Amino acid sequence: MGKSIDLLQGTLDLLILKTLALEPMHGWGISQRIQQISQDSLQVQQGSLYPALHRLEQQGWIDSEWGASENNRRAKYYRLTVSGRKQLEVETAKWERLSVAVSQILATA
Amino acid sequence: MKLLRGLRALFRKEELNRQLSDEVTFHLEKQIEQNIAAGMRPEEARYAALRRFGGVAQVKEECRDMREVNYISDLVQDMRFSLRMLAKNPGFTIVGVLILSLGMCASLAIFAFVDAALIKPLPYRGPSRLVAVTETVALLGRANLSYPDYLDWKRMNKVFNSFDVWTGTGYLLRTAEGVQPVPAARVTDGFFRTLGITPMLGRDFNAGEDLAGAPDTVMLSYTAWQKWFGGKPSVVGRPVTLSGVSYTIVGVLPQDFQFAPRGRAEFWATLHASGSCDLRRSCHGLNGIARLKEGVSVQAALADMTSIAAQLERQYPDSNRGQGASVVPLADIIVGDVRPILLTLLGGAGLLLLIAYVNVTSLLLARSEGRKREMAVREALGASSWRLVRQFATEGLVLVAISTTLALVSAEWIIQILTQLIPPEMMAGMPYLHGLGLNFHVFVFGGAISLLAAVLYSLTPILRFSWSAMRAGLAEGGRGSAGTMWRRVGSNLVAVELAIAMVLLAGAGLLGKSFYRLLHVDLGFEPDHLATLEVAVPQVRYGKDAQVVALGREVVSRIGGLPGVKSVGIAIQGIPLGGNGNTDWIRFVGRPYNGEHNEVNERHVSSAYFATLHASLLRGRNFTDAEDASKPRVVIINRALARKYFSGEDPLGKQFGNDALEPESLKEIIGIVDDIREGSLDSEVMPAEYLPFNQGPDPYFAIVVRTSQSAPSVLPALDAAVHQIDPDLGTMGETTMVERINDSATAYLHRSTAWLIGGFAALALLLGVVGLYGVIAYSVGQRTREIGVRMALGAQRSSVYRLILNEAGWLIAVGIAAGLICSVVAATLMLKLLFGTQAWDVPTLAAVAAVLAASALLASYIPARRATKVDPMVALRYE
Repeated sequence: MGKSIDLLQGTLDLLILKTLALEPMHGWGISQRIQQISQDSLQVQQGSLYPALHRLEQQGWIDSEWGASENNRRAKYYRLTVSGRKQLEVETAKWERLSVAVSQILATA
Repeated sequence: MKLLRGLRALFRKEELNRQLSDEVTFHLEKQIEQNIAAGMRPEEARYAALRRFGGVAQVKEECRDMREVNYISDLVQDMRFSLRMLAKNPGFTIVGVLILSLGMCASLAIFAFVDAALIKPLPYRGPSRLVAVTETVALLGRANLSYPDYLDWKRMNKVFNSFDVWTGTGYLLRTAEGVQPVPAARVTDGFFRTLGITPMLGRDFNAGEDLAGAPDTVMLSYTAWQKWFGGKPSVVGRPVTLSGVSYTIVGVLPQDFQFAPRGRAEFWATLHASGSCDLRRSCHGLNGIARLKEGVSVQAALADMTSIAAQLERQYPDSNRGQGASVVPLADIIVGDVRPILLTLLGGAGLLLLIAYVNVTSLLLARSEGRKREMAVREALGASSWRLVRQFATEGLVLVAISTTLALVSAEWIIQILTQLIPPEMMAGMPYLHGLGLNFHVFVFGGAISLLAAVLYSLTPILRFSWSAMRAGLAEGGRGSAGTMWRRVGSNLVAVELAIAMVLLAGAGLLGKSFYRLLHVDLGFEPDHLATLEVAVPQVRYGKDAQVVALGREVVSRIGGLPGVKSVGIAIQGIPLGGNGNTDWIRFVGRPYNGEHNEVNERHVSSAYFATLHASLLRGRNFTDAEDASKPRVVIINRALARKYFSGEDPLGKQFGNDALEPESLKEIIGIVDDIREGSLDSEVMPAEYLPFNQGPDPYFAIVVRTSQSAPSVLPALDAAVHQIDPDLGTMGETTMVERINDSATAYLHRSTAWLIGGFAALALLLGVVGLYGVIAYSVGQRTREIGVRMALGAQRSSVYRLILNEAGWLIAVGIAAGLICSVVAATLMLKLLFGTQAWDVPTLAAVAAVLAASALLASYIPARRATKVDPMVALRYE
């Protein structure tokens, strides 16, 4: 469980989109999910999560609506839109290309 | 979608902010729950959650920033804040708005005039293709056209689509109340077609309707139709009697028709060239207008007409020798006179605007200095410098917006006032000024100057903030090192203001002096206590010369018998300030002659004329009343003629006549009279011959009367006396000579220009001096501590004065020096308006510089005095 890694903005967007691809959830849920799946190595700086969510919503890749949470409190749920799904594919492809390139460079001794 | 969301964000701001709060609260609560579940105490859990989250306010702010249309809501917020700040400083706001509106209003009003006269195209079809065509002679420059020459020019030219002529005239209209003289014009058949005007009632003239054999037809102007015929449509086809001749009315001209060179003409008759003058090639009474063919330039047309004139010169050497051609755009004839004046006024208004802008910039800078600490605190609290700059810029923009609105409203009002101030005679000659008001062009101009101000006042805070160190404002003693930037820029701005004020003052001074010179030009006669009246005689009853001579004698004796009348004179066409009138070609007896035209002004005057005017007879004798057609012909020449044609010899006893030296035309010179200024005040006196009225009468003459009491009181009696002789005589132009001089076009234009520029100059002086006062007072305020220290260390009052006044003196000196140079440049540009005054007229410039320096020094003295009253102990503690 080493130190949490600082996330670049583009990467954060990718993670949010991927998380929402599975099911709609609210901001707290997203941050918990990311932490959970990465086994605690990624702790999203919560101060940057919400601005990112609002930015993605402004760009039309995610949509939001208010609903009831598990314990019946009001929470803002986000879900992926059609264009968001497309954007997720684009970002994923980019990320894979990037990681391949970085690995190749690291492999050369 | 994005924009929609953004706009929605704007309108539902409150709700969206609430939602954001709810969202963050939800997250925090969840985190707190998690912390408590992990074993923390409630307060600890809360703190941990907040710490983990980061700055709540900042996160919220960032989220809000993500909604892209934030800048609109920021703008609205800025504007609300600006309005509040402006309201809190009413003094600054009111002064700033007043100064800006003043500058803008003056510019807008003058621009409206410039637009109406110079920018708006003439109200004819294809106005850029219209030219004015006349002949030229060495004596007069542009001179009238003769009818036979016109016919030849029309036939032989290759450059005009159509070519027509007009001439001004007057008729006596018989009405129920008697006989009314009405201004009129005679035109050829295609005149209105050339201009592209169609009558609103009836028809235009048919081709050939202007020839001598055709029936007499006339068109009414809209004013005449309303005034004399009650606006009834049935006038078309009805006859009207003008000067005893019956004309048929064929049409009525549209209401907006205007023809500036003959603005007041009410009746437009067909030419019907007849009579001795019309048919003679050497008698010039017409003015031409023409429409250029496609692709033909004015120069090409001029070249063509010049070659035609040369051809006619060869063909008819007697009459056409020395006659050239002149082709100029019609617009030049119509607005050529007022163009330099309007441009000067526009320049003056522009300078005033500049000084207003500089003044308000100065004010804004001073105010921003005073708010340095406020800005520093705001920045420390997290505002970006961009936000602060935007704040200041918005304040400036709000100021500009308020001033522009105020300026537009008051400009409309000022335009109406200025238009009312123009006397009706002048207005008749400037019909393009009808319906002057705020139109599209003026609004565009207003938008442009407003934009300029807006850019200026947005840039100023930007530059200002990029120069100063924000943090320095917070430091202790930050006030002491009084904004050096302010010192440098702010005070230099005042020097600019003083320079501009200097230019305007110098302009006003020069124009004023020029006007004075104009009014006091040597007239060659005494204008006070002179009344004038013009008489039109119906030719049907006074067809013979002898009848008119008798009438003239009757008029002189009847009027001479009126109380208060000292003497009476009669003149044809040549009374002072009545224009230059007819010219004559003379040939001297006993001199070699090779066909050259000696052109002189021709005047017919009664025997008492010179005595009435108090013109001095230099040599020889005057006419007697007995010298009429039965006696040998005599003539008196003026000094200009004597100087031009008889230098070195004695003119008395010599003879001259017409070009053929026909015996009936020979006249003997019996006297020389001193030059009488008959044209406009600023034109040269031309050689003139004065013939006895009794030897060459005319059915249209003028009476001048020297009175022993005030001239205006005699006028009604004059009118009555003339009508007593014969009620059918038309009288007009009852006025005094002094009024004629003061109301003459040149005098009026010079006077108005001098007054307006004087007004601008006064305002500029006020603004400049007040600006200087502000700068010095502010500087004193900033240096209070320094002054306190100096005085505590033993400095005398006088050294404090010297300290302050040095600074002021430097500014004043630079401003005046720069202003002097610019004044001379500006005066050179408006040289056309200066009469008898040089551009570098030293007394005027010196006087103006002295006035400016004195006012400026006074303005600096007041704060300097306040500086010396400072108690050193108070000053040292001054924060």
